Amino acid sequence: MQTKELNTDFEVRSLDAMCFNESELTHPWWFNFKYLFAGIIFGIILIKAQVISWFRIQEMFRLQSFHMYGVIGSAVVTGVSSIFIIKKFKIKTIYGEEIKFYPKEFSKGQIYGGLLFGFGWALTGACPGPLFAQIGTGATVIAVTLLSAIAGTWVYGWLSKKLPH
Amino acid sequence: MKMLEWLSQPWPWYVAGPLIGLTVPLLLILGNKTFGISSSMRHLCAICLPSKISYFQYDWKKEIWNLFFVVGIILGGVISSTLLADPNPVQINPALAKELHQYGISNYNQLIPVDIFNWQTLLSVKGFIMMIGGGFLVGFGTRYAGGCTSGHSITGLSNLQWASFVATVCFMIGGFIAANLFLPFILKM
Repeated sequence: MQTKELNTDFEVRSLDAMCFNESELTHPWWFNFKYLFAGIIFGIILIKAQVISWFRIQEMFRLQSFHMYGVIGSAVVTGVSSIFIIKKFKIKTIYGEEIKFYPKEFSKGQIYGGLLFGFGWALTGACPGPLFAQIGTGATVIAVTLLSAIAGTWVYGWLSKKLPH
Repeated sequence: MKMLEWLSQPWPWYVAGPLIGLTVPLLLILGNKTFGISSSMRHLCAICLPSKISYFQYDWKKEIWNLFFVVGIILGGVISSTLLADPNPVQINPALAKELHQYGISNYNQLIPVDIFNWQTLLSVKGFIMMIGGGFLVGFGTRYAGGCTSGHSITGLSNLQWASFVATVCFMIGGFIAANLFLPFILKM
């Protein structure tokens, strides 16, 4: 039986065997500060749009408000248009590198994991981004929720080879 | 001052949604980075407790930008709750308010219900299930699914990925089941 290392993780590029996205550029660590600023702006948007609100999430899962559907829907429309424009005009990064996209292999993990995450989302009223944002707003107890989420991540990593994918 | 007051109001979906969507091209253009947040927790595991687990054996130094991004989100939370704080309680659907009232949730001053999410309730059965159990499912589920709302529902859908569509549908199904069928029992505890 051939064992094939399947990369099911959408967000981690360095595990992708086919990945030739590795930048030839090596930047000093402080170049990462631009992502810190991007994160600050993103955090402010999440909070001012109340996307991190437990109440908004409950309304979403009870079909009592259009707000969250509007946010996610218009974000996707913007994202689709942006990626279309990047591909069409072959827009490069600010360092002149080609922008690469990766297809995502389907696995059953998206079903099982998706359902489990949905459960957690309804209980905590937060996906991972909002957990960080909620802590920033002074809800210190959410740090425990975040630690628990990190523990969940670790347990997944520990069991990943035994779980159906 | 006018500007700050204006920014302090809750932002409508048609402002926030496109701004969130623009995060995808922003990160790509800044340095070929794929927008996604839950993987930050994987990097933290890989850094702090890899424990010879192959899932955590990778060059996390290349992904360190992701941790800068989430620290930024925390700082964004600090800024929003201080400089851009909205003094008004969260406006919620009357039907939800009525339902939550039965469970003793009546404080809408924060974005999260402080009646449930606080240090005192953390070790009650209800608080434990919601904060610790819920958090565990968020971490475990997002990694099992290979992404969260940002990685799949925003980035993946933006790149028209079938797998991300399936994941998003499953997030919603899980959420609907939990919020409507399980949460009422948990909140009654």
